[in-house]
Amino acid sequence: MSKTLLEVKNMHVSIHTDSGVIQAVRGVNFELHESETLAIVGESGSGKSITNKAIMGLLPVGGRIDEGEVILNGRDTAHFSEKEMNTIRGAEVSMIFQDPLTSLNPTMTVGNQITEMLMLHKPGMTPEQRKARALELLDMVGIPNPEERFGQYPHQFSGGMRQRVMISIALACEPQILIADEPTTALDVTIQAQILELMKKLQKKVNTSIIIITHNLGVVSSMADRVQVMYGGRFVESGVLDEVFYETKHPYTQGLMDSIPNMQLSNQKLYSIPGTPPDLISPPHGCPFAARCRYCMKVCEKIQPPEFTFSETHRASCWLYDDRAKGVF
Amino acid sequence: MNTEQSIPLDLFTPASDNSAKQEHIARQHHSAFYDGWVRLRKNKAAVVCAVIILIIAIMSAVVPSVSKYTYFDTDYSNKIAQPSRDHPFGTDLFGRDQWVRVWYGTGISLLIGLAAALINLIIGVFYGAFSAIMGGRVDAIMQRIIEVLVGIPSLIIVILFMMVLPPGVWTIIAAMSVTGWVNMARLVRAKILNLKSQEFVLAAQLLGTSTWKTIIRHLIPNTISVIVIQVMFAIPSAIFTEAFLSFIGVGLTEPKASLGVLINNGYKALRAAPFLLIYPAIAIILIMICFSIVGDGLRDAFDPRMKH
Amino acid sequence: MEKTLLDIKNLSRFFTIGKGQILEAVNGVSFTIHKGETFGLVGESGCGKSTLGRTVVGLYPPTGGQVLFDGIDVAGNKTHAQKMELSRRMQMIFQDPYTSLNPRMKVMDIIAEGIDNHGMASSRAERTKMVIDLLHSVGLDEEHANRYPHEFSGGQRQRVGIARALAVNPDFIVADEPISALDVSIQAQVVNLMKHLQETRNLTYLFIAHDLSMVKYISDRIGVMYLGNLVELADSDELFKNPLHPYTNALLSAIPLPDPKVERTRSRIVLEGNVKSPINLPKNCHFCTRCPRKQPICEQEIPQLKEAAPGHFVACHLVK
Repeated sequence: MSKTLLEVKNMHVSIHTDSGVIQAVRGVNFELHESETLAIVGESGSGKSITNKAIMGLLPVGGRIDEGEVILNGRDTAHFSEKEMNTIRGAEVSMIFQDPLTSLNPTMTVGNQITEMLMLHKPGMTPEQRKARALELLDMVGIPNPEERFGQYPHQFSGGMRQRVMISIALACEPQILIADEPTTALDVTIQAQILELMKKLQKKVNTSIIIITHNLGVVSSMADRVQVMYGGRFVESGVLDEVFYETKHPYTQGLMDSIPNMQLSNQKLYSIPGTPPDLISPPHGCPFAARCRYCMKVCEKIQPPEFTFSETHRASCWLYDDRAKGVF
Repeated sequence: MNTEQSIPLDLFTPASDNSAKQEHIARQHHSAFYDGWVRLRKNKAAVVCAVIILIIAIMSAVVPSVSKYTYFDTDYSNKIAQPSRDHPFGTDLFGRDQWVRVWYGTGISLLIGLAAALINLIIGVFYGAFSAIMGGRVDAIMQRIIEVLVGIPSLIIVILFMMVLPPGVWTIIAAMSVTGWVNMARLVRAKILNLKSQEFVLAAQLLGTSTWKTIIRHLIPNTISVIVIQVMFAIPSAIFTEAFLSFIGVGLTEPKASLGVLINNGYKALRAAPFLLIYPAIAIILIMICFSIVGDGLRDAFDPRMKH
Repeated sequence: MEKTLLDIKNLSRFFTIGKGQILEAVNGVSFTIHKGETFGLVGESGCGKSTLGRTVVGLYPPTGGQVLFDGIDVAGNKTHAQKMELSRRMQMIFQDPYTSLNPRMKVMDIIAEGIDNHGMASSRAERTKMVIDLLHSVGLDEEHANRYPHEFSGGQRQRVGIARALAVNPDFIVADEPISALDVSIQAQVVNLMKHLQETRNLTYLFIAHDLSMVKYISDRIGVMYLGNLVELADSDELFKNPLHPYTNALLSAIPLPDPKVERTRSRIVLEGNVKSPINLPKNCHFCTRCPRKQPICEQEIPQLKEAAPGHFVACHLVK
């Protein structure tokens, strides 16, 4: 197996708010290998975004890692100071966000935003080298006339073009890991297709590992090598792309698959998962999905299910795979 | 794995119907106002300052009426007396009891601040709301009027007023209200314009809600937090403006006193009797700081952003 | 022949933004919606689909053309009683579950707003009962009536919005991107609920969205919009099996499918070029800047909507 770049061990993240303490991430374990794409799938509030913000040290006010380790290139960064994180962000791990407009500085030219990144992490470069590199990056992400675009401001770019700029900034210092938090959710389908193609192309070219956070299973199936499904602050199922899509184990993953209409079929009946995701201020004792599950047993409501292994890569946390649950449904 | 083995087998049976729990809301039930109130109470500084303001207000109402001295009784035999048991803050150039005069002045300053803020509130809210709700040409004309008013330095208008009208508390209030309401009007207009394009107002329009009812039920309740916060900042600003006017000599006339008048008098006798300046200065600083902190606290607690 | 409920005739809605700058949000769109059907309207952001929806219900006056609802001109002069009647029969479900409910009102009063305006309840008790029935019909509970919107999840809020629209027993509902702000599992919930309500309450929908797969699932017929124009209109199965307009083709091909095996072998049409600015549009085919099959004529003339097959309309110079 290829080299492991990032390993997250038993991470717990809580966010202190006025209404109470949100246990956003409740013990997640995963690793990211060299030049792979890992998709983290889940609904809003499932903790998928918080997991990655914790890795980046970008938790919102009141948020902190209570427990666990984030091992990046052999060192635990879970409790790094802001200053230490600054040397990592952009250089080793970069992030692109859902809304490219709010993540770009509106008062700075696009070119300066790229060169600023280079200035921070590559102090040895001369201004000329930085500019040359910035132009090269703009060209690489498919922005026409990079010379002219270099001096323009973010508002002069369209949504898709802004996301391309974001990607070029993120990749400026050749990070080993790129975290893409819903990178195409705010974009139209035709633009989304362009950005996804671009990310695939760039990954081959610069050999970066990507963590893509999304709720769109279509994006997952076109991008990912491995998938982790998150629900209620935990991973409920993880595996290689085909395992999760074609040998689905967890009822939540199955429910998600069934609630997307198939465009090839007509007059089908769409399954919908009833109910609402749990409020993580008071997370349920047992399986977080129990209240909405088609196959809920008494044990699911009381005790958190352990992880069952189906292959070297495929795991799911669900009591249905306990020997004692055979024949119940 | 031992704990897992010990789970009784009867738990591995289908759970009872769980559909009732699916839509359950686990959080405590309360309104957005209540949430804000909880947040405000957690803000210790704001609570302390609110209490201080309350104490100052009560003292300024009570002290002048229960004391054996009045703010205007002169006693030339006892001029510029050092603070003592009888005169806790000493006496001024005319032998008037400074303790009573400070509290009396505080009361007048608070009255001016409150009244000016209240008048600004009424004019500003109506003007801003009317302008935003009418929209189009009416709005454009009303905004031009505001721009003209902002263009003239307000101090000139105020001083002009003070010179034309008979001096007194109400003249000061009237003078400050001539231009004081524009900030409120602008804020309210901006908020209502923003609300007007929100989908819940469009929904009300589609459901046949009358304009009047839309204003009462949808626009005003969502503007209140903005208004309250603005008032909390308008009060200290009015108190300060009055103090400034009195200090440059166009404010209240003797023997009436406001904090500005007292500071002006104290400043003249700074070398001989520094205590005449210190106490009113402390009072005005305390009032200004407390109102600002309470205003900040309110803004943080009832943030006009929609809660997600 | 089905009865026509909504007849949109050559509808235009322009916005003037600054001097001589005209934003043609909707330009000469015509189509009809039959009683009991769901008409899906798709297109990318800025194509004018939401403006069209708002013009249809009368939130915006049209710049040109007409909207006839059951023969009544929506924008025409009406008495107060006629206006109220129209507002009872036509309702809307909004996109953003966070701004579509008044944060200072309880769910009870939010849902009852229409009931109050139209005097549909004779007593307090009847009003409460009507609200609770509505809550049940959208899968919510009595206990939710006394809560404020911020306590609900996005999907629950959207269902409160649906209940508010249903309260006045409308015939026709414009659903303006009702699912685009929701999570996948909740989207299916809301769409299934809307389908169910359509059957039980005999509703007609104009369903606006940018997610083609959901639109296909719920719609009988679909119209595709591009920069203010209707470029293609067909039965939903027909549109997906046999898309004629190059834009529809690109749109269908751009959707990533939740099926890794298909995705690996699929080749997609990735559009080059940029969407034109919607301000002061030239008189030609608006898609010509991105069209992979562009011809000289496309830059010179506006293509007209014509019937390429029975019930299948398309506005493209390349389709004869």
